[in-house]
Amino acid sequence: MQLTPLKARLRRFFTPRTVVIGVPMLWLIALAALPLLLILQISFAHMQITSVSSLWQWANDELTLKFNFGNYLYLGDDPLYFAAYLSSLKYAALTTLYCLILGFPFAYFISRAPVHLRAVLLMLVMLPFWTSFLLRIYAWKALLADNGVINNSLIGLGVIATPIHMMHTSFSLTIGMVYAYLPFMVLPLYATLVKLDGRLLEASADLGASPFKTFWLVTVPLSKRGIIAGSMLVFIPAFGEYVIPELLGGPTTLMIARVLWDEFFSNNDWPMASAVAVVMILLILIPMAVFNRYNENTKS
Amino acid sequence: MSQATQGAGRARWFGRTWLIAVFVFLYVPIITLVVYSFNDSRLSTVWAGFTFKWYVDALHDRELINGLILSLKIAFMSATLSVIFGSFTAFALVRYGRFKGRGLMHSLVNAPLVMPDVIIGISLLLIVVAVQRMLGTPIRGMGTILLGHALIGTAFATVVITARLREIDHRLEEAAMDLGCKPFQVFVLVTLPLMASALLSAFLLTFTLSFDDVVVAAFLSGPGSTTLPLVIFSRARLGLDPSINAVATLIIVVVSIGVVLFSLHQLRAERRRERALNSIQAQQKPH
Repeated sequence: MQLTPLKARLRRFFTPRTVVIGVPMLWLIALAALPLLLILQISFAHMQITSVSSLWQWANDELTLKFNFGNYLYLGDDPLYFAAYLSSLKYAALTTLYCLILGFPFAYFISRAPVHLRAVLLMLVMLPFWTSFLLRIYAWKALLADNGVINNSLIGLGVIATPIHMMHTSFSLTIGMVYAYLPFMVLPLYATLVKLDGRLLEASADLGASPFKTFWLVTVPLSKRGIIAGSMLVFIPAFGEYVIPELLGGPTTLMIARVLWDEFFSNNDWPMASAVAVVMILLILIPMAVFNRYNENTKS
Repeated sequence: MSQATQGAGRARWFGRTWLIAVFVFLYVPIITLVVYSFNDSRLSTVWAGFTFKWYVDALHDRELINGLILSLKIAFMSATLSVIFGSFTAFALVRYGRFKGRGLMHSLVNAPLVMPDVIIGISLLLIVVAVQRMLGTPIRGMGTILLGHALIGTAFATVVITARLREIDHRLEEAAMDLGCKPFQVFVLVTLPLMASALLSAFLLTFTLSFDDVVVAAFLSGPGSTTLPLVIFSRARLGLDPSINAVATLIIVVVSIGVVLFSLHQLRAERRRERALNSIQAQQKPH
């Protein structure tokens, strides 16, 4: 074949291998790597009327680097930020705990149901997940309002005389978060529980353990993987959740994603918002690292 | 009755109650949405008789209809892009073993799975603004929302497709190669049909993710590019709006039918595969 050198070189470079690796690599670098690096860069800048300051300057043969640590120092100074991070961690932890308490027996009983029923039950768990998350959260507004479905029903039944205030409290926020994230806890739990050998439970019962003891000493340790995977799937998105606190939370339920949103849209302070985001990323990477180490330990 | 059977009976009773209670928790909000879409009262909380008027309202609501059309467009394109880039990424990660930058690709594709939406939104917006300052484009709007959704979709599609790609029996492709197929033919005739159901799952999942997203779209939308979730979100912030209930009911009906059909299809495909495997094993048994 007659090929010009350039063509030949291109031919050699664009093998299926380099294309299959290169295409997604460029896509991911452009949309995932560069934006995160840019956030890091902007978090060290300061806001100038409509744009952010540049970190370096080239003038008179002299390169000047200007890193502004003010944003990070301010994060430490203003107790609002600390409270918001802490409160986000608290709500994420509570959501994870309640999902586990609600979801573990739920997943267990589905995994012990007759085989033909299991598929149907699992589909019923997945169905809400496929219907709009936003609409399902919106539905809770009608349920929890002062003149909402729950209060009206309770008053109608004569259980209470005056409505209980539930909306825009930590109660409505927690219930919305547990509701939204429960399927993420149930599915990995189910996946490990369905593989659990029923004979181990029988053996434990035969050896005289009470059902509770069997549960605690056999079932729970054997489903550790599912518990950890489910907890990660709930905790991480719950920590950075914005929509649920915005719709169901109130002035007392501080969440860091809302602080970041306000910093960006209301205060128009991009460097500050970027600094808030960088610290959020760091806080997420810690449980991720622990999880990965655990995974590698159990593999080897 | 012995104590053991009594205990087993109690356990079964407890199990059933727990299952029902959690399902009630999962479905009450959805049922409420549907019921109140037929409620003849502006206050979504008091029942005042049956009506279709919110459906008529919703159909004449330009903002809702335009939002719906835009969301469907973006979701379709985002799902298509996600499946394409997800397939590439999955192939690179599964089939090309240890190449330079594999670790980087792996972390980058997993990043959108763990990053909060607000961070994905803000980081993409900042880069869009930076590129716009340099080149004059892109303008914030449908295209930028699409980029954000396709990034998240690529991550999820990669997970789904990687799982399937790992299961595929390498020998089938080798057999095709031995029989004289070119690599591209092997891909189209053997690998692609084997991946078809995973590609469909990935498409549906990424379509749903895009169709549902509020936060990333809020950062990346511009004037005139208000997706349906953005419309719903801004109205939900203000209070309750019965035409949203009507839209919600329509979405719930369509999605439920889709999910049931898809599950039935998956179930049937699985049974067929099992039957085929069984018959092969039966043939292989020595006589």
